[in-house]
Amino acid sequence: MALYSEKVMEHFRNPHNMGKIEDADGIGEVGNAKCGDIMRMYIKVDDEGVITDCKFNTFGCGSAIATSSMATDLIIGKPIEEALQLSNKAVVEALDGLPTHKIHCSVLAEQAVRAAVKDYYDRKGIEYNAEDFVFPEEDEHGHVAE
Amino acid sequence: MFVYADNAATTSVSKTALDAMLPYLTDYYGNPSSLYAFGQKATEALTQAREDIAACLNADPKEIYFTSGGSEADNQAIISAARNGAKKGKKHLISTKFEHHAVLHTLKRLEKEGFEVTLVDVHEDGIVRVEDIEAAIRPDTALVTVMFANNEIGTVQPITEIGALCREKKIPFHTDAVQAAGHMPIDVKAMNIDMLSISGHKFHAPKGVGALYARKGVLISNIIDGGAQERGKRAGTENVAGIVAMAAALKESVAHMEENTAKIIPMRDKLFAELSKIPHSKINGSLEHHVPGTVNMCFEGIEGESLLLMLDDQGICASSGSACTSGSLDPSHVLLAIGLPHEVAHGSLRLSIGEYNTMEQIDHIIEVVPQVVEYLRNMSPVWDELQKGERAHLI
Repeated sequence: MALYSEKVMEHFRNPHNMGKIEDADGIGEVGNAKCGDIMRMYIKVDDEGVITDCKFNTFGCGSAIATSSMATDLIIGKPIEEALQLSNKAVVEALDGLPTHKIHCSVLAEQAVRAAVKDYYDRKGIEYNAEDFVFPEEDEHGHVAE
Repeated sequence: MFVYADNAATTSVSKTALDAMLPYLTDYYGNPSSLYAFGQKATEALTQAREDIAACLNADPKEIYFTSGGSEADNQAIISAARNGAKKGKKHLISTKFEHHAVLHTLKRLEKEGFEVTLVDVHEDGIVRVEDIEAAIRPDTALVTVMFANNEIGTVQPITEIGALCREKKIPFHTDAVQAAGHMPIDVKAMNIDMLSISGHKFHAPKGVGALYARKGVLISNIIDGGAQERGKRAGTENVAGIVAMAAALKESVAHMEENTAKIIPMRDKLFAELSKIPHSKINGSLEHHVPGTVNMCFEGIEGESLLLMLDDQGICASSGSACTSGSLDPSHVLLAIGLPHEVAHGSLRLSIGEYNTMEQIDHIIEVVPQVVEYLRNMSPVWDELQKGERAHLI
């Protein structure tokens, strides 16, 4: 069996929403280069609090790119509150599964969305519970999320 | 275009090897341990293969032990030396930081069993210094094991000199020559080698067959117990067809070494020259002491696995030392050992070419790799920061 599902390869080969949003309302970045994966997520949010656009830049393996792409698909058009409900499991399911040692990529995708929302809240002066936005740092000893 | 550029991982079986082995799968399938003449046909084939392999290494046929491959040969050589040393109270083993895992993991296991292991540096050029080995030697050193050529970056080690040092100090010297056999001249006598491992599938024999050379007088002990095959040193019915193929393949590789090298070097040099034009790229390991076919480079700002997947889509088979492809969380221990920072090591690419590759294929690689690197860099937030000067270039 191939390492990745057809769906993962589809998103890897033709990532959706890849790139930057120059006038983004929120930008979130998670991961670190030392560990081999960084995701940066840009969101545009309208007056109703709906995410109208989302783009990503990712440094990482095939599944890091595919999970980034899928996460953007899953939150575009959604109200912020709904985007915050996005779980790494939902990303994995939407991609028809990931190999066990790649699950951390989906966690990064979930965190990247949350980090972008946090940045949006910060910019807008919207209050939030800081505990909901704690992203454990990956360190050189390995990916914490596995 | 399909381009197989991963010959350091494995090679195709040559027609010579296949033709040599087939009769031992179909017509002469007898067990070499059998008494009847039919089985003796297989025994004769083993004898001839042993002679042929010994001749390729300038060894005596009695010094060749067939194994299931390079990993088993490495395990047996190291464990044998450790057991011999322990009997004399010598429990110190010397190796290097960038050995193959067949060596490193065996040493790790012995460490848990009470041996002490010193791994010497391999420096930025990927070359072990004889002085470093000498400095590591202690009165209780039971073995020095240094690979002939590194599997990832292709650097060739000063084997003759390390061998001479070990001979002088009366310490057994083993070399994992899996990447060198069939590609570079090997003379176990002139190079002062006590034990040497080879693996058939790296030089156009099938997978699952290898050999351990152990100089007369160097005691080998079993790691597989059972029957009396291999003069009692390696139990298990011999892989007759595989062994015959390995002998045929090694003979052929050695006979054509000069012409193969002459064909491979211009292809390799073109890869180095053209891929080095990619900004912020780096060639890994000294080119002065190098196996003919291995090219290892890093490209800053990208990750190796996505590079490999995209190359695969363009028909190119290659490998990388990124964490994602190493199956662990850290990038290749070889690239870290030559001092590359983690973030650079993640963006490595190994292309290993052989005599079956063509210049047209090399041109395809040269066309595709820069495009893929550029595409991935455009996607990469790391590259974005490097471009904006928010992150310092490391290469």
